[in-house]
Amino acid sequence: MTQDNRLPAGGLIDRSRTLSFEFDGKTYTGHPGDTLASALMANGVTLLGRSFKYHRPRGLLAAGSEEPNALIQLERGAHTEPNTRATAIELYDGLNACSQNRWPSLKYDIGVVNSWLSRFFPAGFYYKTFMWPERLWMTYEHVIRRAAGLGVSPRLPDPDRYEHRHDQPELLVVGAGPAGLAAALSGARAGKRVVLVDENPQLGGSLLGSRDTIDGQSALDWVAGVRAELAEHPCVRVLTRTTLTGYFDYNYLIATEHVTAHLGPQASDDLPRQRLWKFRAKSVVLATGAIERPLVFADNDRPGILLASAVRTYQHRFGVLPGRRLVVFTNNDSAYSTAIDAASAGVAVTLVDCRDTAGDAAERGADAAGVTRMMGSAITGVSYRNGLQSVDVMALSADGTRVDGPVQKVPCDSACSSGGWNPAVHLHSQAKGKLRWLEDTHTYAPAACASTMPHSSVGACDGEFSLDQALNAGWAAGGATGPAPSAERVASIGALRPLWVVPCDHPVGEGPKKHFHEFQNDATAADLWLAQREGFESIEHTKRYTTTGMATDQGKTSNVNAIGILASSRGITVPEVGVTTFRPPYTPLTFGAIVGQNRRHLFHMVRKTPIHDWQADHGAVFEDVGDWKRARYYPKPGEDMDAAVRRECQAVREGVGLFDASTLGKIDLQGEDVAWLLDMLYTNAWGGLAVGKCRYGLMLNEHGMVFDDGVTTRVAENHYHMTTTTGGAARVLGWIEEWLQTEWPDKRVHATSVTEQWAVMALNGPRARAVLEALTEDDVSNDALPFMGFKEIQLAGVPARVFRISFTGEQAFEVNVPARYGRFVWEQMVAAGAAHDMVIYGTETMHVLRAEKGFIIVGQDSDGTMTPSDLDMDWIVSKKKADFLGKRSLTRSDTSRDGRKQLVGLLSEDPSLVLPEGAHVVSELRAAPPMPMIGHVTSSYFSPNVDGGRSIALAVIQGGFKRKGDWVDLPLIDGRRVRAKVVDPVFVDAAGERVKS
Amino acid sequence: MFLISCPWCGERDQTEFHCHGEAHIARPENSLEMDDAAWGDYVFFRKNVKGVHLERWTHDHGCGRWFNAARNTATDEFLAFYKPGEAPPADLERVS
Repeated sequence: MTQDNRLPAGGLIDRSRTLSFEFDGKTYTGHPGDTLASALMANGVTLLGRSFKYHRPRGLLAAGSEEPNALIQLERGAHTEPNTRATAIELYDGLNACSQNRWPSLKYDIGVVNSWLSRFFPAGFYYKTFMWPERLWMTYEHVIRRAAGLGVSPRLPDPDRYEHRHDQPELLVVGAGPAGLAAALSGARAGKRVVLVDENPQLGGSLLGSRDTIDGQSALDWVAGVRAELAEHPCVRVLTRTTLTGYFDYNYLIATEHVTAHLGPQASDDLPRQRLWKFRAKSVVLATGAIERPLVFADNDRPGILLASAVRTYQHRFGVLPGRRLVVFTNNDSAYSTAIDAASAGVAVTLVDCRDTAGDAAERGADAAGVTRMMGSAITGVSYRNGLQSVDVMALSADGTRVDGPVQKVPCDSACSSGGWNPAVHLHSQAKGKLRWLEDTHTYAPAACASTMPHSSVGACDGEFSLDQALNAGWAAGGATGPAPSAERVASIGALRPLWVVPCDHPVGEGPKKHFHEFQNDATAADLWLAQREGFESIEHTKRYTTTGMATDQGKTSNVNAIGILASSRGITVPEVGVTTFRPPYTPLTFGAIVGQNRRHLFHMVRKTPIHDWQADHGAVFEDVGDWKRARYYPKPGEDMDAAVRRECQAVREGVGLFDASTLGKIDLQGEDVAWLLDMLYTNAWGGLAVGKCRYGLMLNEHGMVFDDGVTTRVAENHYHMTTTTGGAARVLGWIEEWLQTEWPDKRVHATSVTEQWAVMALNGPRARAVLEALTEDDVSNDALPFMGFKEIQLAGVPARVFRISFTGEQAFEVNVPARYGRFVWEQMVAAGAAHDMVIYGTETMHVLRAEKGFIIVGQDSDGTMTPSDLDMDWIVSKKKADFLGKRSLTRSDTSRDGRKQLVGLLSEDPSLVLPEGAHVVSELRAAPPMPMIGHVTSSYFSPNVDGGRSIALAVIQGGFKRKGDWVDLPLIDGRRVRAKVVDPVFVDAAGERVKS
Repeated sequence: MFLISCPWCGERDQTEFHCHGEAHIARPENSLEMDDAAWGDYVFFRKNVKGVHLERWTHDHGCGRWFNAARNTATDEFLAFYKPGEAPPADLERVS
């Protein structure tokens, strides 16, 4: 293919080099500096996609990121990216792109039948049609998603790298057009730390497609001068290919920098594909320009019909025009320069202006360039067959509601329209800024800012369309003294005639022709009127019902037209209709950019105990407990989990086992008021605890609900060692700090987390002491170190703290050594234990052994709604203490009532059946749910130690204490119905003798 | 994302902090003499103001200290940051 639409000269492209690329399987050529859009235009490719709902053929509308139609599937395989805008893809050699939403091919798309059936696809179609029967919704959704799809998500892992960076500029300038460049230059000269971002690959914005002069030089030369000066300033950062996508509270803004997109998927491994910038800016200047809005005329969505400013940009930036015979349709003066510039390049231009007269300069310029002008006229139809053939033009009535007279057919191969300009207020709007309606240019511009997001808007995004004033406003916002850059003052828009819907030869919405205001979601003026007739008055409701502005482009070209259409049909002013709210992101951003470097091993921190590596070396199977990796069980060859856990459980009860308990939360408490604090934190009394003694305690929140438990030991006079659950360590420390800092600041207590400072090894079983004695010369006999005692000893030559506390109900020693000795002491214990057939056990066995004793795990057997009474632990609640946290709540009417769920044991009728945890206990079995539920299973295991091996369970059941001995029913999720007997939750050594041995 | 001035550390990102709801709720000293309604008010009921809200924050990923803030819930504007035990600035209501 040759580039037939490429002009012989002009544009900011490098004609000395030719790039080759593929679109829908065909090969084309372009030049460095092209976008995919401009290269396709150069090759005469106008059909780029099918529309969302009606599958109508669509081509380019715009030249920038506001493009609604030309959504492209870029690249293939792991690198593929759906829904990219052809106008934002810089061309590189070997680029591979496909159109979207068509089947079997772009040219012959079967979904186009939707267009023939369009009278059955009105606004709110999905809401009206797919409401019932409800059971079919899943089927409907499947079909809808396939028919109305956009691109295809990648199915392979993303091979690219992404990163996040932070910066705190004093001045953040968004947009590098004339206003933004003036602001950045001014800020730099005033000595500020400036960041300037622009989504284009080069600076200049609208100046790239203009013939203006600034400070006596050509606009492009002025841009080059500013670029060079900014590069000299050490405190200025200029980021091109960077889209400011979100503006949040307190001037926190995020931007996506496309680092390697223009190099293609084979770019350097040293560079991230995208970089997400997070700015916290002292001041923000928005210089985001304005976006042209199309006129809403009959069949205005046909391929080959663009925005007038886009045609100008294609000509001046890329040296390409969409055709040889161009029709320009406008309601203001700005499109005249499009007509004049195109005519100067040798294109036959017809200008259709809905006004009777334009500005003097505009008219004179057009006439001099040989443009045919048709004043007071409107396009009333478009003839399209594999390309634009002609447009119909008729005279427009004075009130703009009718067209009259003969139809003039104007042959053409391309067209464009201008319905006025919408300042790009998106970021201002994201920043909760208000908008004001400009009566002269019929558009919304920024008004007051929110106090938390101070910024200024300058230039066209402030509704100021003259170049000179844009330069002035930007310069003033930057803060420099000295004269601003100046340009000749040119009136760019002139007197705009609002014409929200262009009439045609049949009533709009009632004939074959469609008037689109919303291209990406396929919504027409008639859809808006239908929504209005059905009672949707609020613009926010209308937006959702018609899906106007809800596509990936967020209605950049459609929203103001929609509001104008509603205002004119309701006979009210535009401000009375109201505006919808722009929300982040300005343009879609990838999940990769959001995630940044936080993936794989950097996604989530992993905590390992000092003994972790030994466990890994010895075949431990790990489980995640919070951030911790904990050894769950140690299978021998041929063992599954059940077999390993049975062996470990039996060995602990009959001999001795060793368990790594290092993850247990540990808090060091020092100070003269610790005892007082413990009395407030725990439900039981702590005053009498002697040095060298341990005590178990329950902590309640002020609701009276159990939220943690553990053992605290008095190490010295004013020095205590508190343990918490593994998952509750941070929560308990925070709880202590909260009360000490906010309620009891006069109490003298220091609380310090020492969880990671101690390695904890638990020796459990009748022969535990024998193993310990092999490693120490200190006296650890039952007299010297009785149950609930504490002693500091030398163990294998290492200073160790030994606690006689037990989570298994067996004779037990919890040995704490400084973390750096953890693995050494562990290995010494393993060696000493060999003579006693010691088993190494994991968390699963620990769970079974504690359940055999009816010991709760807070968070498993309790859930934040359980009081000590509910857990049958009244014995640990002091009746004598005047106060403790949660005390008063225990006598509230609700916590003291009958019928609360209470912790009991369950024995299933079939001893081999391990009840599923979470299984419901019901008061009455019925044929089908719902059945009245009275409780659920909280813990359930197979115990090799109870009755020679059987299942046991803990459960919470309404009025459970009184049901002991009763049988209850459990309908299981797999359909089985089973029975279980309510029993006491202590299954082993009910007298509690073994722990004291 | 808020920019929060910790009274001990200065301005930091919101990600370093955690909000703990309404401030200046003293724990009753005579809880055993309170009826269920009065105790329930302390435990469960909180203001839900549109306007200036006095609330508790912690600088979790920083100094770990608790402090109070006055924030306009309608605009998310912070009007003051102050230490526990200090009274809120007197003229806050006018600011909103």
